[in-house]
Amino acid sequence: MNSTTVRNLLVRGMLAGLAAGVLALAVAYFLGEPDIDKAIGFEEAHAHGHEAELVSRGLQSTAGLATGVLVYGVAFGGIAALAYCFALGRMGRLSPRATALLLSGSALLAVYVVPFLKYPANPPAVGDPDTIGKRTTLYFLMMLLGALLAIAAIVLGKRLTPGLGTWWATVVAVAAFALAVGTAYAFLPAVDEVPAGFPAAVLWRFRLSALAVQTTLWAGFGLLFGELAERLLNPGPETAAATARPVAAPH
Amino acid sequence: MAQHVAQPTASTPALPAKLPIGAIAPWASFFGILMLVLLYFVGAEQGATSVASGDDVHEWVHDARHLLGFPCH
Repeated sequence: MNSTTVRNLLVRGMLAGLAAGVLALAVAYFLGEPDIDKAIGFEEAHAHGHEAELVSRGLQSTAGLATGVLVYGVAFGGIAALAYCFALGRMGRLSPRATALLLSGSALLAVYVVPFLKYPANPPAVGDPDTIGKRTTLYFLMMLLGALLAIAAIVLGKRLTPGLGTWWATVVAVAAFALAVGTAYAFLPAVDEVPAGFPAAVLWRFRLSALAVQTTLWAGFGLLFGELAERLLNPGPETAAATARPVAAPH
Repeated sequence: MAQHVAQPTASTPALPAKLPIGAIAPWASFFGILMLVLLYFVGAEQGATSVASGDDVHEWVHDARHLLGFPCH
């Protein structure tokens, strides 16, 4: 029974991740692609030689983009669903739906916003190919660190709750999280590889678009997965009343 | 860990039942690793490290890698 619940939640998480990926893909295509094109224009104007094109721009910006964003959505949907199985009933007095949204928001903060503030997304033409190994290691390290520190903060908050009450335990845990992340920022090496003359407005808009893609993905996931989990775990009269009203199909 | 789940009443919503770690672990170990491998292929394959030779994976997910925030090249 319990194992079946885990499986059902995992499948729903991957489906919700796929659906949220579709929303994120729309944001990536309409908001992000114009700035990628501008950045590639800058790159070509400053390139010394021409490289052979393995995949055409037309494919990269459509099918390629879709593959990457959707696989990312499914993968994080699955991981978030597994984390959700663990969080369920262990995060205080929260309904399945509220637990999903809280988990989703925490995941956005821990595995995207925390790395992003130190190592923000870069458009093509920004970044020295010789340092790709170092930058990739630092980025994945930052994702891992964000996740581990978030888990540590939640454990700390739960430990402090009996003594301090929920409000102050949460305040202390969040402050400790911010302090730990700030310390990591201070000690990890900075990366600044924006080439001279790269338009600042394009860089700024590209980074905002990248943030919008992730916000859409995680908000969409939290709401969709929360709805699916609520219906799976709580098929009570409240949910029945909610389903009586027309609700957008989760696809 | 040893808290008892409160009985649902008419006024307070039911606290969702905890799933035992033993039921989650097999799914988490297999699917968790599978999902991480997928993330690796979207985020880092043929950039910093390569499992498959060539540049096809990198070039195919190029735009997604940039917009999802991974270092690309």
